[in-house]
Amino acid sequence: MNKFYHILKTLFLFGWSLFVVFPFLWALTTSFKDANAITSGATYIPWVDYEPSTQGWTSLFTTGSQGINIVGPFIDSAAVTLIASLVSLALGTLAAYGLSRFEYRLGFVKNSDITFFFISQRIMPPIVLAIPFFLMLKELGALDTIFGLVLVYVALLLPIAVWVMTDFFAGIPKELDEMAMTDGCSPIGAFFRVILPNSVPGLVVAGMFCLIFGWNDFFFAFTLTFTETQLLPVSIVSLNSSVTPWWSLSAFALISVAPLACVAVIVERYMSRGTMSGAIR
Amino acid sequence: MLSSKHFFLLPALLTLVAIILFPLLFTIRVSFSSWDVFQSGLDYIGVKNYGRVFADERFWQSLGRLSLLSLISVSLQYTLGFALALAVWKQVRGGRFLRVLFLIPMMTTPVVMSVIWRTVFHESLGPANDILGMFGIGAVPWLSSATGAFISVLIVEVWQWTPFMFLLLLAGLVSLPREPYLAAAIDGAGTWRTFWQVTFPLMAPITIGALIIRLIEASKIMDTVYVLTSGGPGTATETSSYYIYIRGLRDFQIGYSAALSLVYLVIMIVSLTVIAKLLLRLLVGKVG
Repeated sequence: MNKFYHILKTLFLFGWSLFVVFPFLWALTTSFKDANAITSGATYIPWVDYEPSTQGWTSLFTTGSQGINIVGPFIDSAAVTLIASLVSLALGTLAAYGLSRFEYRLGFVKNSDITFFFISQRIMPPIVLAIPFFLMLKELGALDTIFGLVLVYVALLLPIAVWVMTDFFAGIPKELDEMAMTDGCSPIGAFFRVILPNSVPGLVVAGMFCLIFGWNDFFFAFTLTFTETQLLPVSIVSLNSSVTPWWSLSAFALISVAPLACVAVIVERYMSRGTMSGAIR
Repeated sequence: MLSSKHFFLLPALLTLVAIILFPLLFTIRVSFSSWDVFQSGLDYIGVKNYGRVFADERFWQSLGRLSLLSLISVSLQYTLGFALALAVWKQVRGGRFLRVLFLIPMMTTPVVMSVIWRTVFHESLGPANDILGMFGIGAVPWLSSATGAFISVLIVEVWQWTPFMFLLLLAGLVSLPREPYLAAAIDGAGTWRTFWQVTFPLMAPITIGALIIRLIEASKIMDTVYVLTSGGPGTATETSSYYIYIRGLRDFQIGYSAALSLVYLVIMIVSLTVIAKLLLRLLVGKVG
């Protein structure tokens, strides 16, 4: 029985690993093909099945009609994601700390209602906001700019930051604040001098989720930018609908998912330490 | 009176209210107007748009399809994610490596991976049919038949989001208390019984949280569909978000799509609340 169980488990883990890596391996091998290798059907191993070529990769760094420029979209994507994540993290951390330490009251609205208001924004389907966002940014003259996208992404990421950090602060004993305040700190001073330096694990988890959801968003970038500002997901989709060859498409895809794939290593480290468990409840 | 406690809350609250609440109120106002390609601006036509929503068969079909898609994909993600989490929970050879590997798909951009999946599912040049051919299975019309396209979207969703379930459930497993397991071992409970009588009940709160988060995210699905099938063939994989997108930003029926999106939002909130209540009764009721 036990042996059977073990074999089953190994097979399952092996099969799933194969499923997970398959699209990446396929993209990797496709990125080194040329037109002949693509049209002759699915092939897998370079040198054996087909003669590898590097045009898929070089075309991404060539400008002009022959090339597909990945550098511009990469910088735009990085700028929007990083700025929006930092702003959301800063505002979200402050709000989460406030909600976990003070009592707010506005008529019948209590702390728990405010927290719910923040988190419930995740339910909002992007499509509901797309048209008003479009008109709002047009009024502000911020359509097709990094600033406009940052504004929208802050709304998208702030709920995540508040959610993770509220749970994190709930786990930090209030005595810590009180000790700092008897030492003569103001509430704001206590937060910056004592609580913030002790919040690094929570900040890392919240920051990672902001990065993931910011970097991977497609819909808002798609509806609110056109030519001046182009993010990676939008560029690859516009390539996809034109006659862009598979080799460039594959290389492009691999470069745009690579930065966050590295984040998986950090997530795993925090998870096995158990710091994640507080953040998800 | 502004005191230091407001210094913490107000910046975030005001930002969110400004960015979300005004657009939402604006959408509500627009939904009572006939704003479209021919007539831009805010006139008032009463609830006419809403009447049209209730008679719009294509919308209700997209909603049914969305429900089917999210329920099936989230159940698969949960089952597979839980199985994977259990499999690497205790010491396994290469466990650390496998955990990182299993997390990677959720870090990748859905549309970017969908572009790759589209080449995988290509009928004559893609590897999916090629590999099936090695086992003597004939070419499957992945993206050109209604069932094939639905299954393709399902496969991509499961690939992308099972890691999220895996992450939440494994984080939950790691923080479980040890005592109940000792007690179960003393009672001589086997692996199977220990799972159903100890692990599963202890994991109930996390299960509910994970299912609801995933259902919320799945109810918004549109990126993957847009790239993979464009809602096709015909309307076979058209989800509600995608249909509203077509009406609003392609046909430019601003007023009507605003009404559609508000009906959609209300249905989502109501059905997710009902599901959350049901799950709570079903899973936590069992423990108590």
